[in-house]
Amino acid sequence: MTFVVAVTIDWAIPRFMPGDPVERLLSRMQAQPGASEALRGYYAEAFGFDVPIWQQYLNFWAALFHGDLGLSIAYFPTPVSELILSALPYTLALLVPAILLSFWAGNKVGALAARRKVLDNTVLPASYVLTATPHMWLGIVLVWLFASTLTIFPVSGAYGLALQPEWSVEFARSFLHHWILPFSALFLVGFGGWAIGMRNMIIYELEADYSNYLASLGAPTKLVRKYAYRNALLPQITGLALALGAVVAGAIVVEIVFSYPGLGSLTLSAIQNRDYFLIQGIFLFLIIGVLVANFVIDIAYVFIDPRTRVGMQGGP
Amino acid sequence: MAVSDHERTDPAADRIATLDVAAPGVPIAARPRSGRSEFAYFALRNWKFDLGLGVVLVCVAAALVGPLLTDHEPLAFTGPTDQPPSSEYWFGTTSFGQDVFTQFVYGLRAALVVGIVGGGIAWLLGAVVGFTAGYRGGWVDDVLNMLTNVVLVIPTIALLIIVAAYVDVHSYATEAVLIGLTSWPWAARAVRAQTFSLKTREFVDVARLSGRGTRQIIATELAPNMSSYLLMMFILLFGGAILIGASLDFLGLGPSESISLGLMMNNAFLSSALILGMWWWFVPPGVGIIAIVGGLYVMNVGLDEVFNPKLRER
Amino acid sequence: MLRVDGLSVYYQSLRGDVKAVDGASFEIADGEIMGLAGESGCGKSTLGKSLVRMDARMRYVGGSVELDGRELPIWDDAKMNAFRFKEVSIIPQYALSALNPTRKIGQMAEELLSSRDVHLDRVLPELRRRLDLVGLSESVLGRFPIELSGGMKQRVVMVLSSLLDPSLLIADEVTSALDVSTQRAVSELLVEFRDRGFVKSMIVITHDLSVLYQIADTILVMYAGKLAEKAASDTIVDAPAHPYTRMLLSSLPEVGVRFAEKRLSGIPGRPPSLLDPPGGCRFRARCPLAFDRCGEEPPFDEVAPVHSAACWKAAA
Repeated sequence: MTFVVAVTIDWAIPRFMPGDPVERLLSRMQAQPGASEALRGYYAEAFGFDVPIWQQYLNFWAALFHGDLGLSIAYFPTPVSELILSALPYTLALLVPAILLSFWAGNKVGALAARRKVLDNTVLPASYVLTATPHMWLGIVLVWLFASTLTIFPVSGAYGLALQPEWSVEFARSFLHHWILPFSALFLVGFGGWAIGMRNMIIYELEADYSNYLASLGAPTKLVRKYAYRNALLPQITGLALALGAVVAGAIVVEIVFSYPGLGSLTLSAIQNRDYFLIQGIFLFLIIGVLVANFVIDIAYVFIDPRTRVGMQGGP
Repeated sequence: MAVSDHERTDPAADRIATLDVAAPGVPIAARPRSGRSEFAYFALRNWKFDLGLGVVLVCVAAALVGPLLTDHEPLAFTGPTDQPPSSEYWFGTTSFGQDVFTQFVYGLRAALVVGIVGGGIAWLLGAVVGFTAGYRGGWVDDVLNMLTNVVLVIPTIALLIIVAAYVDVHSYATEAVLIGLTSWPWAARAVRAQTFSLKTREFVDVARLSGRGTRQIIATELAPNMSSYLLMMFILLFGGAILIGASLDFLGLGPSESISLGLMMNNAFLSSALILGMWWWFVPPGVGIIAIVGGLYVMNVGLDEVFNPKLRER
Repeated sequence: MLRVDGLSVYYQSLRGDVKAVDGASFEIADGEIMGLAGESGCGKSTLGKSLVRMDARMRYVGGSVELDGRELPIWDDAKMNAFRFKEVSIIPQYALSALNPTRKIGQMAEELLSSRDVHLDRVLPELRRRLDLVGLSESVLGRFPIELSGGMKQRVVMVLSSLLDPSLLIADEVTSALDVSTQRAVSELLVEFRDRGFVKSMIVITHDLSVLYQIADTILVMYAGKLAEKAASDTIVDAPAHPYTRMLLSSLPEVGVRFAEKRLSGIPGRPPSLLDPPGGCRFRARCPLAFDRCGEEPPFDEVAPVHSAACWKAAA
């Protein structure tokens, strides 16, 4: 249900954007006046603009089920799906490690900070600063410091200019070299958020009745902490689903700062060129991706938290 | 409570904020009078609250007073280009010869507007939707829940990018409205959860049994207990709106007729200021955002401690 | 056997120390069930808890505690661990939420026991027997707390807390949240634990004198952080020496008795603040028998064999 509505919105909104994409395409091609008429007709037909709106909508759904997202207007005649798929790996290369590592590291450090006052006093303020940092600013500062002033890392791109994507050590090294800064921008901001959250949840759990009971029965702090950590992770996982939107937004912006050839940069050029199909395609991808991730997390949660399982079966 | 913009996590949103007894054996007369004065009493004594509030107030002051300290217009080409900070141009100048300090303080204004209006709208929508869903339950809840989930799942930035491109934003208030209209689901969910847990508590049943009308129950029983929660949520939404606004401005989707912190960064980036090392252009905007948003978050932490005595100086 | 001498435990609060337990001295013999009674805030729970584990706000101020001839280092959290669960144990007030919600009960028990160097296999047969005794099936071990009713959870906690046959078991308000018939069942279980030798001596903390009359051998009445009276249950109920005890009893309704002429008399007034308690006898302000000497604090002395009270009038 959510999916249908989301897809509809996704289809509808680009349509309402001002500017006629076909015109743009034509002006870019600088066609002759006479030829442009014919071309206009051709493109209108190719893109399906010549049929009434409701039919365009239905056609869209039909094409969707075939995995056909149409042809890009800006990069004509490259199919949208091809553009997206070629940009996707780069975005995923940034997003997936950033999400997973910041979640893991942030939670671990947050838990540690909850029990050591010294750590708490340093990690906590730093985390607040990090989580209040706009992604792109961090990216900008990282570029300035480490790429421009101290030329340790490259300024932009995903790999060296002379290289082509391939499975080679040289490419891998260059890729990593270019990957570190944008990844760090995403990682650090996420880390701050998770650390704060976990630290607070741990404190809450450590003061819970079951923790007190265990301690009263002489259980070592290690056991109490282990239980507290496991229980505190649960709401954090729920939070993960909610945080996806923010991380994706961050990835888009960071990619732009680093001219990283992922979905972010693609989105920007799509907007600038009023490329309906490309925008549609990208957002469809994003929406589906986020929906799937949410779904996966929901399912995983049922397995991890016994309370939901029992709640679904019906209690005694 | 995890701190972040509206889509980052707030796991403790599901926790219940209750006013605990301070310590056993302390008779009621010894504690300060309940109500607003008690809140102020504890709040101002909490150093985190004070620190956060202080930082935010400094930024507000800068936003209000700053433009009076400079006689330049933010977008005017007033001086030599690419100047580092000096006594004449406190924050230096841009590649176009604009005064960075002027831009900065006007940008602060814009950020605050976006934060308050955007956060406020999201707060209002979220509170109303969440509360109605939580209190009414039943099919009302189902419908509102579905609506919330739909808007929640759509990556906000995606929605905003498209809409902002279409609407051709002219003022920061407009941008704020857009942000508010897309950020409310998170708040709605949290308020709904909170309403659920409060609704089932005994004092509501008692009120209902004594024949009070629904409106009255909401006003006298539920609202006061939720007020602390709502206040903290507003602060989070405020901060979140600023961050989202900055991203939008950075993408060039905000108003272009005036200046904002995100736009400053965008301009700096596009003018290769990073490579030219013109740190005075792009560092201040980010610091400004961190100051306001960070200050808000720290305030929130202080408030959390005030409302949940368990967290105080453990 | 337990010997407490001059025990003082204060609570740290924002406004100073709350003198929750001030100079408590008493003894409990082997096999004795002592009831600890008093109104809310009189310090009975604090006294009970302090013998097992001081929570974060409690502060040991002075006095000594001796269990079976050995000193209980209640001021030292680490050293106390050796005694917890094995020598002195507690059924907490929050028994209903004392179990980790995300762990199966059996699993939690196993982890708890092994953390105390006790193999589950060794105690499993006994555990089964005791579960059976309290009316629970062994399948309880394979369930999550959320699957059990309140009464079941409480019984699990009772079994678990006493599993290692502690010398002293403290039952903190175990019957307070229950209905009358369950109260009786639980109280009888406590007695049975003592009769079967699971525990040597027991302190049953409650504000309900009628329960104590049924199961306790002796009753210790506390008021405003001080001990008021200690005697055999029969003595307390039939011939109390302390005015406070007397007024407590007269404020109890009797089952089956109709009060046509006599009204239930409560005790007018409120207990004094423990932040800055008045000098002299703390019950003075509400005591109908108060006279000049009450300005000097009466010692908790024997007024008859095995009967102590802190009142100048009682010593007569």
